[in-house]
Amino acid sequence: MFAVEVEHLTKIYGRGHTLVTALSDASFSVSPGDLVAIIGPSGSGKTTLLTTIGLVNEPTRGKVVIDGTTVAEDGWIPGLDMKRIRREKLGFIFQAHNLIPFLTAMENVMVSLTLNGVGNREAKSRARELLGNLGLEDRLDTYPSALSGGEAQRVAIARALINRPKVVLADEPTAALDTENGKNVMALLKKLALENHSAILVVTHDRRMVEDFDRIFEVHDGKDVRERDNAH
Amino acid sequence: MNLAVRDIRYHRGRFIQTCIGLGLLIAVVMSMGGIYRGLVADATVALRATGADLWVVQRNTDGPFAASSRIPEDVKYRIAAVPGIEKASCLSYQNLQIDRFGKPLRFFLVGYEPGGLGGPPVIVTGRDLRQKHYEVVTDKSMGFSPGETIHLGEHDYTVVGITEKMASVTGDPYAYVTLADAQDIQFKDSNDAIRNNRARISARMSAVRTLSPAQEKMLTPMISDIAGSTHIVNTVVARIAPGAILEEVQDRIRRWNHYRPISTPEQEEILTKGMIQKSKMQLGLFRIILLVISGVIISLIIYTMTMDKIRVIATLKLIGAKNRVIVGLILQQSLLIGLIAYGIGYAIILATQEKFPRRVELVPIDLQGLFVIVLAICALASLVGIRKALKVEPAQALGG
Repeated sequence: MFAVEVEHLTKIYGRGHTLVTALSDASFSVSPGDLVAIIGPSGSGKTTLLTTIGLVNEPTRGKVVIDGTTVAEDGWIPGLDMKRIRREKLGFIFQAHNLIPFLTAMENVMVSLTLNGVGNREAKSRARELLGNLGLEDRLDTYPSALSGGEAQRVAIARALINRPKVVLADEPTAALDTENGKNVMALLKKLALENHSAILVVTHDRRMVEDFDRIFEVHDGKDVRERDNAH
Repeated sequence: MNLAVRDIRYHRGRFIQTCIGLGLLIAVVMSMGGIYRGLVADATVALRATGADLWVVQRNTDGPFAASSRIPEDVKYRIAAVPGIEKASCLSYQNLQIDRFGKPLRFFLVGYEPGGLGGPPVIVTGRDLRQKHYEVVTDKSMGFSPGETIHLGEHDYTVVGITEKMASVTGDPYAYVTLADAQDIQFKDSNDAIRNNRARISARMSAVRTLSPAQEKMLTPMISDIAGSTHIVNTVVARIAPGAILEEVQDRIRRWNHYRPISTPEQEEILTKGMIQKSKMQLGLFRIILLVISGVIISLIIYTMTMDKIRVIATLKLIGAKNRVIVGLILQQSLLIGLIAYGIGYAIILATQEKFPRRVELVPIDLQGLFVIVLAICALASLVGIRKALKVEPAQALGG
């Protein structure tokens, strides 16, 4: 079973005479454990693709299947609890890490679990363990404002992965990092994708990182999504 | 994990400042309620302290507090003779202002008959009046000590005792002298006035041709004495004998010319519905305005706090937070602001209650009512922030 299946996905913004096609007839599938880059110039529709798979942007046409659940078929499937699917099956990583400023590093990771009904004690234990694995055991009680860019992004990755989601969607996670930290983050994502058996889709402009991905989807002018060979 | 508490913990400086500001506002609202209750308490405490069931005043007046009333002192004997009356006493009331340490001191002077009704209900220091003249008992809030003297009218009065919590409906503290002294202070003419009166009476008498000079000489001082009589009181209070029916006694006195018998509950109503009503409305209006201002302030604070958290809210929504988590975050913060501000307001009013120039009476039912109102305002005020938060799209967390 694919982690993500997209068939003839089309997203058109606007109404009447002011229609803008952001994505047209995109079809692809991603298997668990795949580390996928989505590249393309600005305005090509990368973020639209990510937000549509992330269940925050309703597709105009086409089908989206997440971990075997059809979530969209020419629009959302009525009656589905999108928030629950996002909580249980999806993880998000942002360019600006989007950590909650008033929570410590550990609490930022715990929040993903507590939103899923995990008790505080268990959430604390799991967050402590994962952050420890990411080398942040001495930064557990630090607020995001006191973390370095690399540390904050590692906390964000821990938050996205703590629920062991089937699909992780990352929006330019290395854009705000220097090359070394960017490489470290990519290595971490790759490792966790394999360990957790999660599909990881990363929107990136960062050509430095492209070689680290298993697969590359190139979005051309919002009209076309093609897979590009990625010779390692 | 409580997100509202975590946010407050992180922004505690701003949060505490907000709570203190709002707490001060709530303290003002509490004090206004307390002042109103104090007005009622002052009015009713003084009435009840007399121990009277009946107040006989000048007909067609609401005296002696709400309107001026003057009746002859000897009517007391008629009233005492009415079947059903156990005891009757004369009382005189007047507002006075003296200079104390260069500042004006207003007070309400009561003239009573020692051993009769209407004297100081309690003596906390010193003693009650024992001599017929020139002794005074003052309320604690006037700041006198036994042994000090006060100049009233033409004489110096020695403070012999201190009473407490006795204030008029206008907030002026009570002082007590004997009825005779009070009548002198209130009704006795000045020497100039007495001389003028005598000259006027003498001139009138000279005009009466039927009087011989000897008769004129004899009658002039007598008429002057009568004209300058101070045997006037503001009210005669009476206690009803056990088993007697107040209404029957009232009916009997009502049949007389010139007098109006008012029962103590009626007197309370005259004071609370007449004299205090406007103050009540005024204070009530202030309270409403202040509560509306509090609501607007809380609304603005919560809205600003929500706007500061738009990206956080979008992120929470994106990672699957239910609406109730978002609503809870905003509502709990709003309620916490109200709760803590209420506590601060209560602490402020407790600390300053005794320093108010008027009595501030904190009544539990008022405080409980205000507590509920403050929480309701907080809940309502948070609606603006909640509405904004619920409109935030999860997609707003992406990009940037």
